[in-house]
Parts: sequence; C-alpha cells; structure tokens
Amino acid sequence: MKAKTTETTPKKAETKKQESVLTELQTKRERKVVLMQGNEAVAYGALDAGVNFFAGYPITPSTEIAEILALELPKRGGVFIQMEDEIASICAITGASLAGAKALTATSGPGFSLMQEGIGFAKITETPCVVVNVQRMGPSTGMPTSPAQGDIMQSKWGSHGDSPAIVLYPDSVKESYELTIRAVNLSEKYRTCVILLLDEVLGHMREAVRLPDMANVRVISRIKPTVPPHWYKHYDENQKYLSPLASYGEGYRFHVTGLTHDVHGFPTNKATEAAEMMERLRKKISYNIRDLVQIESHKMEDAKIAIFAAGIVSRAAKAAIAMARQEGILVGLLRPLTIWPFPDDAVRKMLRNVETVIVPELNQGQLIHEIQRLTKDKSESNVISLQRVNGQLLSPNDILRKIKEVS
Amino acid sequence: MATIPQRIIHEYLRHDKKFPHVWCSGCSIGIVLGAIIRAIASMNIDRDDIVMVSGIGCSSRMPVYVDFNTLHSLHGRSIAYATGVKLYKPHLKVIVVTGDGDCTAIGGNHLIHAARRNIDLSVILINNFIYGMTGGQCSPTTPQEAIATTAPYGNIEPEFNICELAMGAGASHVARTTAFHTQEVQGMVKDAINHPGFSLVEVISACPVIYGRLNKKGGAPQMMKDMRDNSIPLTAVDKLPPEKVEGKIIRGTLRRDIRPEFCAEYAKLVERVKTAEGKNEEL
Repeated sequence: MKAKTTETTPKKAETKKQESVLTELQTKRERKVVLMQGNEAVAYGALDAGVNFFAGYPITPSTEIAEILALELPKRGGVFIQMEDEIASICAITGASLAGAKALTATSGPGFSLMQEGIGFAKITETPCVVVNVQRMGPSTGMPTSPAQGDIMQSKWGSHGDSPAIVLYPDSVKESYELTIRAVNLSEKYRTCVILLLDEVLGHMREAVRLPDMANVRVISRIKPTVPPHWYKHYDENQKYLSPLASYGEGYRFHVTGLTHDVHGFPTNKATEAAEMMERLRKKISYNIRDLVQIESHKMEDAKIAIFAAGIVSRAAKAAIAMARQEGILVGLLRPLTIWPFPDDAVRKMLRNVETVIVPELNQGQLIHEIQRLTKDKSESNVISLQRVNGQLLSPNDILRKIKEVS
Repeated sequence: MATIPQRIIHEYLRHDKKFPHVWCSGCSIGIVLGAIIRAIASMNIDRDDIVMVSGIGCSSRMPVYVDFNTLHSLHGRSIAYATGVKLYKPHLKVIVVTGDGDCTAIGGNHLIHAARRNIDLSVILINNFIYGMTGGQCSPTTPQEAIATTAPYGNIEPEFNICELAMGAGASHVARTTAFHTQEVQGMVKDAINHPGFSLVEVISACPVIYGRLNKKGGAPQMMKDMRDNSIPLTAVDKLPPEKVEGKIIRGTLRRDIRPEFCAEYAKLVERVKTAEGKNEEL
C-alpha cells in the first residue's frame, strides 16, 4: 500500500496521505480513558518505558505495582521475580541491569530503608535502575495505609557516603505514569539509581487517565559502546559525564565494584582517582540540573504569598489557592516534580517577588529546610511551615486557614 | 620467554590490572582460584559467557584478578546480585565466590532461597572458619571453643554445617572438599558449573595468618597437613569404624539431584502465558 502511494502521488499529497494514515493508526491504537490507581499507572509507565525486569518484596502500599507486573511482564517476555526481601530485590535489579535489563523495584518506607546500601551500590557503580517508594507513615512500621511525606530526606541522604540523588515526585495518577517513564529514562541516561516518590494516597487513589499512544512515549536507553573491548572504559568521561555502558555477556568483560574505583572499574586507593570518581558522581547530576529539574508554577505571576508543596499536598494547595483568590488574596503555588536535585535557581527566581512562603507537608518539616536555605536573607517569619503527621491529609481548608493567617 | 608451568592460569588473569593480590602468604584462596580457572579451561567455556560474582571479604576479592565479567558486590549479597544476572541472561554461566561469613551469616537468607529456587548458580564457598579481612572475628562456622577476636575466651556458639544447610534448603548439587585436595576442588567446580541447578561447593581452607595464629595451628604447611589428615572421602565413610570418622571432614559429592531449574521454569511460564495470550487475541 505504502509503496504504491509513493509511486503514484505527487510529493505534497503524499505527505498528507501519510499523515492521515498515521492519525488513523493513532486513533485505533489510542488507549481508552480508564479509571486507574497511581500504582497501576506506575506499573504501566514502567512497561511503556521498556522495563523488562522487576524484582520486589511485598509491602503495603506498593503491592499493586508488583502484582500488575507479575501479570504483565511474562506476556512480554520480561522477568518478574518475588525475592526473599527488599535487600535481595535491589541487588537483583542491579545485577539484571548489569546484564542489560531495564530494571525496576517498588517498595515502601521500611523496605526503602533496607534498600539503601544497595541504592548506594547502584550509584557508585553507575548502574541504571529505578526504585519506586510509595511512602507510608513512619517511623518503623508506622501506619501502613496512611499517607506521609517522611521519606523526602531519606531519598536524598538515606545511603551512606556522598551520593547525589535524582528523585521525582508526581501529584496525580497521570503524572505517576509520566514520571515513571521519566525515571526510567533518566536512570538510563545518567547511569544511576533514580527514585520515584509517591504518596500512599496517590498509590491507591483512582483517577480517569488516558494513557498516550506508544508512538508519543519517548523512551531513552543507555548508550552502548562502539569501541573494541580492549578500548572500553566502563566509566569513560565523555560529554557531560554520560558514558557508554556495556552489559555482561557482550564481550567487554568489565569489572564492577562498590569499592572506590578508577575509570576501568578497578579498586583504587589513590587520592587523585578517588577524588575523580567522587567528582564524576557529583558533576553528572549538578552539571545537568537544567535537564533534570522540572517545576510547576501555578498562579505565581502576581502572587504575594507562595506555597511550596510536593506530591499530594500540592493538590490541596491548589484548591486552597482558588478559594483564597476568590477572597482577593494573591497566592500561588510552586510544585517541584523533581525534588532532588533541588530546583534552587527556579525557586530563588520565583520567590523573588513574594513576601511569604508557606510550606505545607506531611512530615515534621523536611522540604522547608531547603526553602529556608534559599531564603536566608528573609526573616524567619517569611517562611512558614504547615506540618501534619497523624496519618491524615492536609485539606484545602487547613491550607486556606494558614493563608489567611499570614495574609 | 621461558614456558611458565601455570600458563593456563596466567591466560585467565588480568596481569596489567591490580596485582599484586591482597591475600596473605599461606592463604588457600589462590589455590581455589587456580582450581576454578583450570576447571573452566578444561571445559572450553568462552570467558565472555562467564560472570563471576562475589560479596565482601578475602575470597570475594577474587573477581578483581580474573578476566571474566566480574561483579564485586555488597557484603552477603552476592547470590542476590547473581540471581539478577542469571535470570536476565540465563545463557551466562554465573559463578559465585564467597566466604563463610559472607554467605552464611549476612547472606544466609539469600543462600537458602537460591537453593530453594534451584536457580543455576555455582556457589564456590571458601570456608576458613573466620572473618579474615576484618581481622579475625567469629563466623557462623568458627568451631566451638575456637578463639576469635570477638570470642577471646573461646567461641560458645555451635557452628553451621554449610552443606547440610544448603541441602536442607533444597540445593540440588552439594559437594565438600579442602584446599589441600586441589584436583578434587577442580573436579567439583567443574561438576558444579555443569550442573543445571543450584550448586554449592564448600572448600575448607587455611587462614594461617589469622585463624591459624589465634588458634595455634602451627602455620601454613601444618594447616595443609591437617586438612589432608583430618578429612576422609565420602566413599570411605562406610568402610571405616565410627570412631575414625568422628570429627573428620567428609569430602565428596554429598548430593547430585536433577530437579526443575528456576530460569528454565520461568522460560516455560513465559511460553505458557504467551501462548494463552495469542489464543485470546485470536478470539
């Protein structure tokens, strides 16, 4: 059909014809609007991003992710395995990734804590993988089916040693899907363990979502080496610290270790090589902040009060802003989709015009430290914390009350 | 250049990388490494198809020196990493080298579950009865009454019998020998690699510098002699009176069992699910 069209039609018409065919295909293949949980969206996002290896251990409120992938991965020839614990899970996905897989695991707070050593290993060895943490209230076993945002700092500082983090934080079911794909893409591009933080409410909440056609999903895969094996450096410094990555079994026979290593991956005690490795880990994140950071600005143009909120809390904030604006209070919202690296520049710029910042969060004050750090010149009364840690959400009215208090 | 007798071993080493090695003189780990290499050389496996995975400890340094795909992972987690590698690329031969502390203390959980799954990993466990790299602390295999830096008055804990532990968990191939019996090590490693399923080879080893010194074992040559004199082959056990068997290390293949292997079972599941899917689509 296609060949015939090319032969018989003039150039302009040909382009049009092809476009229409494409549109038709898209319409046919376009997925219906479905009612979907955040956890389901993560699972489908993972599949669409090309994840073909999942190892996990059951923990509320993340189990649906494992359950769906247990159902879907075998159909696509992918691997699903339920490991003996969370530590084994992070290790297995790292091992699989070294063998060439796009690998993901999902867990919640206590499991996330167990994984920290393995997350550090994935970071120092620069092995792509994704850890989804559907946060629940802690510390310890806490309240397994109640929301909290207590892992914001753990996601950055949880692993020992200095290890720059990439952490994404969605606020809706659709965004859970999108940011899962982004997490996989970033992990492949930057060769690191990327963390996706989800709120318990989001994991279990259902929203109507239309997943995009696969043709519109941008999938990034690791760069493969093109040099002969004896030229291959497992940690080659090329542009922006993103280097090609060979897999086991492809003839490159590289060494991977959690010890401080040189560019070939072999352990080293030399101060210069150690510093080089640490700088490399830091720079590949800090030099690419523009690519990594995403932030949403909502009604900030004329705002005198700014709310800085992530995840599910930002939705209550949006409702509160609508109510406050009806009463003439000029308030807006800043919402980071990437919480680590922290969007310093964007926040500084947008905060320049406001008098007060409210930071509502479901913890005893974690995000607020970053805002305080960036607003050193302002007095303490300009940065106001609104905290809740009782297993309940902050409602729009809670936030509205605070807005009125400070306006 | 003169011919070097250990030519085979040299072929498989990463000469230009990180030598000299970290092992003390008199240590058995090099002997086991030699046996592993000779076993692989005799089997003509392409070294691109071998992944050697280890955890943390003296024996776990082995992957640095050999020219395979190598992974020096976290303490105790070698089997978990190996599971990921093997499951994603089942055609690779995955060899885990580990020690008694690494595999049966912190890594005990992964050991028993890999054995239960019967995933095709070849675990070469070098048992020297002590934590060598951290300076001589008690391990799960330190004999009762032996001295360790964390048991200065003598160890009061009963020790693990690693082979029994692995068999209890369902390992389908289990063997034990000592570093003195190099030919046996080589044969058992070969069997383990050939075996389609989870295999464990326990190699009783000498750590003269730490375990030997703390427990007055008389140095490396004496410890080697002890391994020779204090072990008996499994085939001789029935022929000897019980008093001659008691307290001896039993060498031999303790179990060789063919049962469904995990990666193969998973491949079958994928096939089954895909076929069912295809049928659904037709309907």
